[in-house]
Amino acid sequence: MSLLEVRNLRASYGRIPVLHQIDLTVNAGEIVGVVGHNGMGKTTLLRSLMGHLKTSAGTVSLRDRDVKGLSAHKRARLGVTLVPQGRDIFGNLTVHENLMLGAFGTQDQSARIDEMISIFPRLADLLDRKGGALSGGEQQILALARALCNRPSLLLLDEPTEGVQPSIVLEMATALKSISQTENLAVILVEQNIAFIQSLAERVYTISNGVIEQELSVSGPNGAALITETLGF
Amino acid sequence: MDYTIVVAIELLRAVAGLVLISTGLAIIFGMMRVINIAHGEFMMLGGYTVVLSAKAGVNIWIAMLVLAPLTVGLFGVLVERLIIRHLYGRIIDTLLATWGLSLFLIGFVAVVFGNKLEGVATPFSGIAIGEYSVAAYTIFLIGAALAFVASIYLALKYSKAGLIARATMQNPEMVEALGVNSKLVFMTTFGVGAAFSGLAGALLAPISGVIPGMGVNFIGPAFITVVTGGSSIIAGTLSASGLLGSISQSTAFLAGPVYGDAMLFFAALVLLRLLPQGITGRLFTRSL
Ligand SMILES: Nc1ncnc2c1ncn2[C@@H]1O[C@H](COP(=O)(O)OP(=O)(O)OP(=O)(O)O)[C@@H](O)[C@H]1O
Ligand SMILES: [Mg+2]
Repeated sequence: MSLLEVRNLRASYGRIPVLHQIDLTVNAGEIVGVVGHNGMGKTTLLRSLMGHLKTSAGTVSLRDRDVKGLSAHKRARLGVTLVPQGRDIFGNLTVHENLMLGAFGTQDQSARIDEMISIFPRLADLLDRKGGALSGGEQQILALARALCNRPSLLLLDEPTEGVQPSIVLEMATALKSISQTENLAVILVEQNIAFIQSLAERVYTISNGVIEQELSVSGPNGAALITETLGF
Repeated sequence: MDYTIVVAIELLRAVAGLVLISTGLAIIFGMMRVINIAHGEFMMLGGYTVVLSAKAGVNIWIAMLVLAPLTVGLFGVLVERLIIRHLYGRIIDTLLATWGLSLFLIGFVAVVFGNKLEGVATPFSGIAIGEYSVAAYTIFLIGAALAFVASIYLALKYSKAGLIARATMQNPEMVEALGVNSKLVFMTTFGVGAAFSGLAGALLAPISGVIPGMGVNFIGPAFITVVTGGSSIIAGTLSASGLLGSISQSTAFLAGPVYGDAMLFFAALVLLRLLPQGITGRLFTRSL
């Protein structure tokens, strides 16, 4: 049984259709990439999987359960969460409060927050700062830690390396790899940074004009080249 | 000396009065950007809850402090579910809808209970300071205003529910992705705002009396206090009430009560000319 199974998914903003034909499968604990040019519907895909956007046709099942009609918070309680493009940190709340919201549904809230801080040590000195007063890279780390607080089984991760310095990109890759293994976390990773995606994912879907076109196996040494060629980057 | 104390208490009374009548409106506006024109009628419903409970033999304190906020809070939840929920983000539409609600409530209550003034006995007698007598109930209301502000501050700053509410108002979509039911949060917030309106109406009932149209007297000053205060609930309500309350009350002392009211509006006009976003739109922008 796969963790997430999406068939024939369609979605639109009002009357403007954006996703036309989305088929994809994600197994538990697996990191899967989604790549495509700007404006092809990657963000829209993650938003409709989260439940922020009503889907007009197709099926979305999570552990064989149909979740298509569920609102976002119900999907979140089933283990899905999103780190949006642009991070959406709560700017008026402190870093610690942001993490508390992430750990909203857990029993051991403060233990889990401590665990996240040990994985992302640079958060330790920032806990009392307002989220809005963090740098872009720090916000990205915070958004990731906040999402992981709730022990998700499926993380929807939208362009986490956008405008982030290489050392933080490396920190994120290391953390994702290890949590994916230890906590059986699956990730759908939307990325433009091919090296980053190739270091994490074994399979990559390409998306073009709202249609999932190809599934690439990128685990070999030529993985990065394969993605670049296919997309014509 | 005695006279100074009495004057100080009178000033505080004016400030506390503004805090009491504007808190419910400020919560709903500050958190949800909804201007609840029916705010005065929510207060009126709080007043009637006290009148009816007192007639039924319920202890006046229980009627004021428990039943009134509970009844009006639940009514607020109903209003949010049936009307407000469909209009979020549409300021003019919510304004018109709550205006309609306000007219309906005045008419409805007048038909059911009659368009006559109902009195509520003040639960305290006077306290004498030197040769002046200050109603103990005034002191109580000043304490109640303090309790309003303190309880909202503590709830927003230190409780889990307050944290969730603040985050939801900032970004409802993001909290949903973290497992929070944002619609429930909106409904509850509106209910809490309504409960404060009902409580204020109940607390003021012994002074103002209770009549179906009483809300009209409150919505004006409450609205002006909230707009002058700006977007932050606590700092805004406190600073605007403090400023407007003392200006209008001092004017009332010197020139008579009519001038006091006029001065309140005039002071608000000048302030908004200088600070179009309200006091907390420019100053203390980051405070609660
Ligand atoms: N809120 C919206 N309303 C209407 N159309 C939108 C909205 N958001 C995105 N779109 C349109 O949907 C299409 C897909 O947008 P989307 O944001 O999903 O692209 P993307 O692949 O994430 O792009 P990028 O790589 O730039 O982030 C675009 O044509 C965009 O203009
Ligand atoms: Mg995008």
